[in-house]
Amino acid sequence: MFRPLEPAVQTVTVTLDGQPVQLPEGQNLASALLTAGFTPFRTTPVSGAPRVPYCMMGVCFDCLVVIDGAPNRQSCLELVREGMTIARQQGAAGVAA
Amino acid sequence: MIDLAIIGAGPAGLSAAIEARKLGLSVTLLDEQPTPGGQIYRNITLPRSPRSEAVLGPDYTAGRPLAEAFLASGATYQPRATVWQIGPEGLSFTGPGGGDLAVKRILVATGAMERPFAVPGWTLPGVMTAGAAQILLKTSGVVAEDAVFIGSGPLLYLVACQYLAAGARIAAILDTTPPGALRAALPDLPAALRQPGLLWKGAKLLARLRTSRVPFYRGVTDVVLEGEGALSAVRWRAGGRDHALATKAAFLHHGVIPNPNMTMAARAAHHWDGAQAAWVVDRDAAGRTSLPWLWVAGDGGGIAGAKAAALSGQIAAEALARDLGRAVPEDRALRRALRAETAARPFLDRLYRPAPAFLAPKRDETILCRCEEVTRGALAKAVAEGCPGPNQFKAFTRAGMGPCQGRMCGATITQVFADLTGQSPAEIGYYRIRMPVKPVTLAEIAGLPAALASKSEVPQP
Repeated sequence: MFRPLEPAVQTVTVTLDGQPVQLPEGQNLASALLTAGFTPFRTTPVSGAPRVPYCMMGVCFDCLVVIDGAPNRQSCLELVREGMTIARQQGAAGVAA
Repeated sequence: MIDLAIIGAGPAGLSAAIEARKLGLSVTLLDEQPTPGGQIYRNITLPRSPRSEAVLGPDYTAGRPLAEAFLASGATYQPRATVWQIGPEGLSFTGPGGGDLAVKRILVATGAMERPFAVPGWTLPGVMTAGAAQILLKTSGVVAEDAVFIGSGPLLYLVACQYLAAGARIAAILDTTPPGALRAALPDLPAALRQPGLLWKGAKLLARLRTSRVPFYRGVTDVVLEGEGALSAVRWRAGGRDHALATKAAFLHHGVIPNPNMTMAARAAHHWDGAQAAWVVDRDAAGRTSLPWLWVAGDGGGIAGAKAAALSGQIAAEALARDLGRAVPEDRALRRALRAETAARPFLDRLYRPAPAFLAPKRDETILCRCEEVTRGALAKAVAEGCPGPNQFKAFTRAGMGPCQGRMCGATITQVFADLTGQSPAEIGYYRIRMPVKPVTLAEIAGLPAALASKSEVPQP
């Protein structure tokens, strides 16, 4: 559904929901995840409804994912980095054990 | 102590930083994004192919000199910084190098956000704002094929034209500008003719869309987005008939409004601006708020666009320098330029004012608070039970208490209360916003470095 106008110059390997995936290095993370077909980014605490980014600018908080174990990360404010671990945020964020 | 902290790296913040540095102030500029530009000039400092430049257009690339001048200005730049607290003593922020900053004055240049476009199904995956579509283009050169563009206003038409320039297929444009809007805006047209370039630009965008082969519907009402787990279709009314179209992507837009959370949490005075149908911080011509330490510049102080934002940043920096004791004459030419740059605003505000049924949704199944999934039906029920306003409504339903802190629902909630009670939005009021203005962890508030945040490493008494 989302397609890049130009091919990615350089990709790196990240772990997405446990699987290794190639994403464009340094690209906006939310946009890279959308282009890779990752959906949903999170499910809501109230009803478990699926959500993906809505505003892409840090206002809507629908793009929340877990990055390197830290929950509630707004993926629209992050960049793709080699080796990052990204996971769908299911419901409310967990508190670190 | 730092003279001036500027929050926001859009045209207002960048311009204010450059001017403040020229006038000899010590400046720190903090911004959430990794690179400067705000939203309008997002990713402007990154290398870009000629094709991408052509798609985005000259108004975008015009921001590059501003960002480069900022990076050379000697201001301290804190990217990836989330300012969560501001006050007369200074501010607190998280991110690399995060902590507390003692500053004499704070300039909030956090800009605008999209007006919430609450229709049934707007929370479905596949539904985004037109601004989001443009951000995807600016940051990553990514488009959604066969999308439906829904709404009204210059940004909607601009992004649709950028899509055409990129060779992306658009399934349809559903223009919600009500019939009679142009007639209603005519009294403001003479003033707008003082900005003929702007009107000409807008006319060209609309002409481009009308002459493209994209189906263009006008006077659109009753928009409903449908799908199970993701968007699959949009329904609407236009020309006295019902319409439907299968689609996996929809871009919504009903103008932008100030993002008020920072200034509201600081307890600056605000007012309801009927023309912009938005809450706006009280400010004087230079950008002073009701609080002596807090200033505002750019769209955060009232919507006027990128060029006006840059001018207002310059004006604010100059006035701040005077406020801090520097002998700086007032530059009247700047103020005249700002007035000229905002001449068309009343016309645009009136022409593209969303219809009442979009400002205050009528269908009970419409989600108003996205974070807590509170519907218009729940609000109607609360009003029937005597709930008088948005702050009491928080107690009834948690509306406004999710992570976005009312940014996505506040405007609509105020309007629906007004619609149901017959009071004006000014009388209804808005959520009482509090610090922290963005979610922070207890560890961050307690001032512990992140490395100590796990239980096993916390020192025991």
